[in-house]
Amino acid sequence: MNVSGIAEFIAALLILVGSMMAVVSAIGIIRFPDVYTRSHAATKSSTLAVLLTLSGAFLLFWINQSFVSVRILLGIAFVFLTAPVSGHMISRAAYRRKVKMSDTTVEDELYDVLHGEGKEREK
Amino acid sequence: MPAQFLLNLFIAFLWMMFQDEDELRFATFFAGYLIGIAIIFLMHRFFGERFYLKRLFATVKLILIFASELVESSVHVLKHIMRPKVKIKPGIFRYETVLRGEWEVPALALLLTLTPGSVVMEVTPEGDAFYIHAMDVEESKEMLLKSLSKFEKAIMEVTR
Repeated sequence: MNVSGIAEFIAALLILVGSMMAVVSAIGIIRFPDVYTRSHAATKSSTLAVLLTLSGAFLLFWINQSFVSVRILLGIAFVFLTAPVSGHMISRAAYRRKVKMSDTTVEDELYDVLHGEGKEREK
Repeated sequence: MPAQFLLNLFIAFLWMMFQDEDELRFATFFAGYLIGIAIIFLMHRFFGERFYLKRLFATVKLILIFASELVESSVHVLKHIMRPKVKIKPGIFRYETVLRGEWEVPALALLLTLTPGSVVMEVTPEGDAFYIHAMDVEESKEMLLKSLSKFEKAIMEVTR
């Protein structure tokens, strides 16, 4: 096996692992009990999946066609900038609309701050 | 910091001029830049501030820490998903951060929200505490707090 063969193998492995993670996090969206835990599965595991797949593609282009794709790197950077913001906004909006948390929730220190006594009338 | 960088560029140009080559070569400029780095590293205590490349090293270190945390907690979350019975105890807890300012607090929130198993739900208006939704409070709170303090330390090295 020469160098480009090894690199191709690594790239294929990265893409495979990334796509497997995407599948598992999609399963997670279905299985988790409420909005908040689902947003964990939706935004987090998939960022790692996207990172792995895109870096595999980057490696493949680099080795096979000796083309350093800046666009792929930019894609990674922007996914990493936007995914947490959307996750934060979704769960924050859900909490402010008082979407019910799952019954297994053990502690909630935010409730008194946002929906506690006297806060109701302000709206 | 900018003074050190400008001086380093100046040394690089000077080096390139002194070589007196037929054409401008980037390799010569780069060699001059490396020599400038060495000189400024030896002299940086006379500037009365940190060596300016230390910030770069700190950034690289932050990225490495983040990558390892990302992998570790992703495996954690994926394990939870693949269990035959989903047994998680989510919860929201308050975390007071020592970071201040409009760069450090968002950076910590971004890194924390990117790490699986935790979402920043609210930041207090004063910007000194987070409300974090953790996927599994009982099991992973200790782990989360540990990685939080790791992130805080690394961010402070970059910004201060």
